[in-house]
Amino acid sequence: MSGALINLSYLTASALFVFCLKGLSHPRTAVRGNLYGALGMLLAVAVTLLDRQIVSFEVILAGILFGSAVGAAFALKVPMTAMPQMVALFNGFGGGASVLVAGASFLETIAAGYPPPARFLVAVSATGIIGAVTFFGSLVAFGKLQGLITEKAVVFRGQQAVNATIGLVCVVLGGWLVTTPWDSASYLALAGVASILGVLLVIPIGGADMPVVIALLNSYSGLAGAATGFVLDNNVLIIAGSLVGASGISLTRIMCKAMNRSLGNVLFGIGGTVGTGPAPGEEIYEGKVKSASPEEVAMVFDTARRVSIVPGYGMAVSQAQHAVRDLANLLESRGCEVEFAIHPVAGRMPGHMNVLLAEANIPYDKLKEMDEANSGFPQTDVALVIGANDVVNPLARTDPDSPIAGMPILDVDMARTVVVIKRSLSPGFAGIPNPLFAADNTVMLFGDGKKAILELIAALKEF
Amino acid sequence: MEGLIASLTIFVLAIFVGFEVITKVPPTLHTPLMSGSNAISGITLVGALLSAGHQHTLLTTIFGFVAVVFATINVVGGFLVTNRMLGMFRKKEDR
Repeated sequence: MSGALINLSYLTASALFVFCLKGLSHPRTAVRGNLYGALGMLLAVAVTLLDRQIVSFEVILAGILFGSAVGAAFALKVPMTAMPQMVALFNGFGGGASVLVAGASFLETIAAGYPPPARFLVAVSATGIIGAVTFFGSLVAFGKLQGLITEKAVVFRGQQAVNATIGLVCVVLGGWLVTTPWDSASYLALAGVASILGVLLVIPIGGADMPVVIALLNSYSGLAGAATGFVLDNNVLIIAGSLVGASGISLTRIMCKAMNRSLGNVLFGIGGTVGTGPAPGEEIYEGKVKSASPEEVAMVFDTARRVSIVPGYGMAVSQAQHAVRDLANLLESRGCEVEFAIHPVAGRMPGHMNVLLAEANIPYDKLKEMDEANSGFPQTDVALVIGANDVVNPLARTDPDSPIAGMPILDVDMARTVVVIKRSLSPGFAGIPNPLFAADNTVMLFGDGKKAILELIAALKEF
Repeated sequence: MEGLIASLTIFVLAIFVGFEVITKVPPTLHTPLMSGSNAISGITLVGALLSAGHQHTLLTTIFGFVAVVFATINVVGGFLVTNRMLGMFRKKEDR
């Protein structure tokens, strides 16, 4: 196949990727968009296999078969609750592949004996750094989400200085690679140090900030692919990689906005807010928190005409989404209007709650975005908060000194009655108490999310 | 040098296209968009195929093989899981 034909096919694949992203941003076209993407990828892979430089197909075939089996097994078996860690893992694989491709290309070129152009070497360095950071950063994110390592922010003194130094070392090693393009050790050193950087960049990020990190790693995996495109002088890699890089950044910005924080603040600033001083003001709860039994709470629901359910990460942890669906159905069968209020950063990845509720067969027109939900709370009889904390903390509105000051929240306290299902009064990720729990119109139903909902359903059926 | 400028041009323009194409994504689609775009980032597979197929040295072939495996997991897993998720969303629309 001639070079022109291959490149034309790559161009077609690139166009399909654009259609893919375009389609994925609207509910009606999303399925088609995803198929366009898969088609583009198939086309790109097929014409690549016709490349004359490929002398043997055994290794390729083995790799594709093995990779497809593993990928398909993951994709079809993994429960929706495990989706955040799976997305993290897949991001990492993309980055890891880029590091290896750039490395192989570098080794081949220096073995050929003539000095490669500087632009090639710069691209190799960039791919090595971005790819390794993506790979190891994603592995750490995976580990945190899977519960293999602590989900808490791991911070130590001088962390930012250490990270800056390691970043600088990466750049210096990149310079070494560009100036001594016959030494393969430079690439290994570069990838090694960048791997450490990837680990260190993600360990200080705590659980509730995960949506930002996942979106950002998504962007990195695209940029690593684009950098690989510069290494191989291949336009389809550059285009596809930068599309993903841009879409990841857009998503990251949406997440940051939903927390009213800058990206820099999420990535570096959290060390300042976690673990400083004693946990403030448990006294706001004293004597004011009303705990209720499932039967008492059922009474509140019995008369409700309009209920808004606010899920958080706690719902994912206790896998309560199916029980929540049953509760919603039961309330609706009693003539009650039920909707779900979703905060953009609830959960551990962008859209986490939406995926879980979709898995439980809850129609997505019942899921309300923050603004719409907020305008509805004053007319809501009962707001049911399940495993959410910081995203419903009124301190964000009232206390300008609070770490979450200015963060857009769901104004559940505007509802006539607020029912909070929670294990204890322990603070959320921001480490601050939540006056909502002590509010006059709030009752607490202490317990595991799923169990509490099931008890509530049973009690409600008695009426 | 000209080649580099051409590549950079494509890179910058594609980034702009990326920003333009996905404005106003409803939150329901945040996860599918992420996993779908993630599958696209597995485009490195194209490079991995070349590395694995050249069979230059044993080391580069091993690199190529592992890269093919990684990228294929990324691509196949990414598109499939996106499709599975969207299937859950779509079911309700039909009903």
